[in-house]
Amino acid sequence: MFKTFPKGGIHPPENKITADKSVIVLPLPSTVTVPLNQHIGAPATPVVEKGSAVKTGQLIAQAKGFVSANIHSPVSGKVSKIEPVADSTGYKQMSIIIDAEGDEWVETTDRSATLVKEITMTREQIVERCRDCGLVGLGGATFPTHIKMTVPSGKKCDMLIINGVECEPYLTSDHRLMIEKGPEVLTGVTIIMKALGVTQAVIGIEANKPDAISTLAGLSKEFAGISVVALKVKYPQGGEKQLIKACTGREVPSGGLPLDVGVVVQNVGTAFAVYEAVQKNKPLIERVVTVTGKSVSRPGNFLVRIGTPVTTLIEAAGGIPDDTGKVVNGGPMMGKALALTDVPVTKGTSGIILFPEPESRREEMMPCIRCGKCSSACAMGLEPWLLSVLSERAMFEKAETEKITDCMECGACAYTCPAKRPLLDYIRLGKTTVIKMVRERITK
Amino acid sequence: MSSTVLFTIIMLSLLGLLAAVILYVVAQKFKVVEDPRIDLVNEVLPGANCGGCGFTGCRAFSEVLVRSDSFEGLNCPVGGSETMGKAAVILDRQPVAVEPKIAVLRCNGTPEHSQRTSNYDGAMNCRVAHALYGGTTACHYGCLGCGDCVTSCKFDAMYMDPVTQLPVIIDDKCVACGACVKACPRNIIELRKRNRKDRKIYISCVNKDKGGPARKACSVACIGCGKCVKVCPYDAITMADNLAFIDSFKCKLCRKCVIECPTGAILEINFPVKEEKPAGHAVTEVN
Amino acid sequence: MNNILNVSPSPHQQSSETTRKLMFGVVIALLPALAAAVYYFGTGAIIVTLTSVLACVATEFLIQKYVLKTKTSISDGSAVVTGLLLAFNVPSNLPLFIIVIGAVISIGVAKMTFGGLGNNPFNPALVGRVFLLISFPVQMTSWPVPSGFKTGYTDAVTGATPLGIISEGVKNGESITALMDKVPSHMQLFYGYMGGSMGEIAAAALILGGIFMIWKKIITWHIPVAVLASAALFTGILWMADPTKYADPLFHLLTGGMMLGAIFMATDYVTSPMTPKGMIIYGTGIGVITVLIRTWGAYPEGVSFAILIMNALVPLLNMYIKPRRFGKEVRNG
Repeated sequence: MFKTFPKGGIHPPENKITADKSVIVLPLPSTVTVPLNQHIGAPATPVVEKGSAVKTGQLIAQAKGFVSANIHSPVSGKVSKIEPVADSTGYKQMSIIIDAEGDEWVETTDRSATLVKEITMTREQIVERCRDCGLVGLGGATFPTHIKMTVPSGKKCDMLIINGVECEPYLTSDHRLMIEKGPEVLTGVTIIMKALGVTQAVIGIEANKPDAISTLAGLSKEFAGISVVALKVKYPQGGEKQLIKACTGREVPSGGLPLDVGVVVQNVGTAFAVYEAVQKNKPLIERVVTVTGKSVSRPGNFLVRIGTPVTTLIEAAGGIPDDTGKVVNGGPMMGKALALTDVPVTKGTSGIILFPEPESRREEMMPCIRCGKCSSACAMGLEPWLLSVLSERAMFEKAETEKITDCMECGACAYTCPAKRPLLDYIRLGKTTVIKMVRERITK
Repeated sequence: MSSTVLFTIIMLSLLGLLAAVILYVVAQKFKVVEDPRIDLVNEVLPGANCGGCGFTGCRAFSEVLVRSDSFEGLNCPVGGSETMGKAAVILDRQPVAVEPKIAVLRCNGTPEHSQRTSNYDGAMNCRVAHALYGGTTACHYGCLGCGDCVTSCKFDAMYMDPVTQLPVIIDDKCVACGACVKACPRNIIELRKRNRKDRKIYISCVNKDKGGPARKACSVACIGCGKCVKVCPYDAITMADNLAFIDSFKCKLCRKCVIECPTGAILEINFPVKEEKPAGHAVTEVN
Repeated sequence: MNNILNVSPSPHQQSSETTRKLMFGVVIALLPALAAAVYYFGTGAIIVTLTSVLACVATEFLIQKYVLKTKTSISDGSAVVTGLLLAFNVPSNLPLFIIVIGAVISIGVAKMTFGGLGNNPFNPALVGRVFLLISFPVQMTSWPVPSGFKTGYTDAVTGATPLGIISEGVKNGESITALMDKVPSHMQLFYGYMGGSMGEIAAAALILGGIFMIWKKIITWHIPVAVLASAALFTGILWMADPTKYADPLFHLLTGGMMLGAIFMATDYVTSPMTPKGMIIYGTGIGVITVLIRTWGAYPEGVSFAILIMNALVPLLNMYIKPRRFGKEVRNG
């Protein structure tokens, strides 16, 4: 009997086509486009200018304000432009464009592959190193890691949970990382434990990754305080509130944070990046991205530099199939559909999925038959049918009372709906309006 | 008459009398003393409760009118000067002349002018589409075509044209209540001065990008060249953020700017067709 | 590749379940009951059922196409389900013009006037049935008794239903124990050997359909179990208090429209609550009200009225019975 969260959840087909494909290092691109807002918080400010020569790993943009992150050059070469470039939403974002010349790294980074297990830094030094290296949450949320690793006064933390769940269908980058870089991941976990001042860490992994579970469970014997928990395959097990509930039974209060129940959650990819930052002084300039889809000729997991065009990544996987109707940045449940593939890979890009034409269109919408299946699927105990209708009819005060802000936008409701209603489209609209309304009310 | 029937009649009459007395007492005791002029003003208002005046319905507007000393800044766009005149008579105030207005869509991004670069498959709601991405064309300022404005119009004055994929405003029915202006997430619709014969001259573009990208995205975009500003004899046109703007209250409909515009971004509506068109530019007429 | 890409908000996958698949799942679940009806009542069952389904579909099509001038949605299968359920609530020898009127009322009045699928507060088939019962009381209460599948449409022999026999007998002062000899045995009732409407007789067939629907996740167990359990409990208490005046719970569960109502009518998505807690309250209400009507009301059968009464309470149940929210303690941030 695997642990799981008690309410809601769905079972979309897993389609883990690339689960057994080892990570391939992608050759360096000729140009990289580095957006300045790859993280939650204020966009970073450039510290280079047009024409500057840069080395791989060199700081090119400084974090602005408290909630922000540094950005480093993914290649060596010359800065050709700093200008607004269309990102995956089609809206323009300020980006630094670098013409690549070779791969000359900054001297401070240790490029050797040997495992460094001993942790010599103090708590504060670890947090500072993570901040300097521009680490952000690699599960897709891109929250600056150094902020998450600092327990504010007044709050207590007694457990670290590592998210190795990867509940989204198709994505396998975390899976491959756990199998191929197990010792590094566990060392990273230990480093985070030290930064938080906790003695126990739990790594949650869904039961459809038995090789990752056995690899990490075996290796964890050599690391103090780390245990591996196999979780039932159910979407959205990877949502941090559901993960905490399944692993520990604790429930994060509505409107609260995991720290309210003494827990910090970090993605397994972030743990690996922490290892590289702290033990090798390597900034966050590359990550593993899954490129997959039923018609893709060479689907796989690729280690790619930030700023590489998605088009290059798709070429490496065999090129864009002729029947492609939709390209999604992320997973099928929460990812963003791209209008053009000429956009860069960012710190939050976990996968690129190419859907063939018949699967790429929504089915026609029918009237709501009030079956209640959306409510059964909601892992947050909400009533999507009600929230969607309230948002559609602009009844935002009522939506606030019905706790629309608790919604984590996982998409389980819209997936389940037999009438194919665009529930999440309207709920998202309602959420942003209610959040704006609440903010205006507080500042008045 | 049998005693049952008599008894029934007496009982029901007594009950009726009792109910009448209770109702009268309650009505008197809980009576709300109100200025009787509020009802009178409410009678002359259109009763559409559209909110175009800026208040929550015709009755609320009547209360505001009765309370205020002057009609400055108060106007019912549906009823116009006729209604405001009647209200002025009832309240013994000076009517303030307000120019009638009309809603205008400042975008001409039809499939012919602005190539479709993606297909939108989400909920048919402009706010949802706007929050998602720039839109189905390379212009991320332009009309999304999902019809939030059409849905918001309570006067049946708008419909979506399936060929141009843009909303159409029916001049005869539009009362300039402003609902569509509020509904549009990109502020593409504007209330402009209503001229005789419903003639209009306006820049049908809200693209704030520089000329090159704007023109690439749409063939009738405003490229911010400034020729219209220079040629206008009435100083009615200003330029900001690579976008020209014609002040409809200063414009005298001379049409010099329409001829000058190199991309055809300025539209002239409901004018007689000119005999000869100068070569090299497009005069697009939208009816 | 030259095609332009599709863009939509997430999620980018949808489950394969559709409204039409759910409706046709219900139709399949009703087939055993239809088979039983034909087996016991003959060709009348097929004729009335077919007419009902066609009339319902035609009414919806005509109203949508010519009155509302909108897209027709008969392919979603909901009119077919209403047609079947309406037919299952009437005698197999019902004159065709009456069933057509019933179909027009069910679809036209109870469904389309409220806005079509998803907007009706009352179960359309039951509204049609009750309308017919009140308008054509004679034809709607001449229940055929089982006479084999070779029986022609007009050859049906009518007689009293088991519930009818009991309620008449009790009014005349006879004791239950004596009356029980006049009605079929529990086993016969289970397999459908009794007079009654087409769909309600064979509990075995209905339960089979119910299990199929629960397996296919078309319905959940909450409403059927709540209806049957509450009815059994209430009649059980009465029976234990005075077995000479009240029939035993098993008899009540197997006769009349109890099984059909609990499994197929009360579980209609549109008119039932959306939360499990709400469903249990709803089912309990139906069970209790049915027994009240059967025991002390003027009609021998009360399921239709009970369901319609509880349908009126469903908006209230949906408003006040909410699922438990994750992290319910509110944190003022």
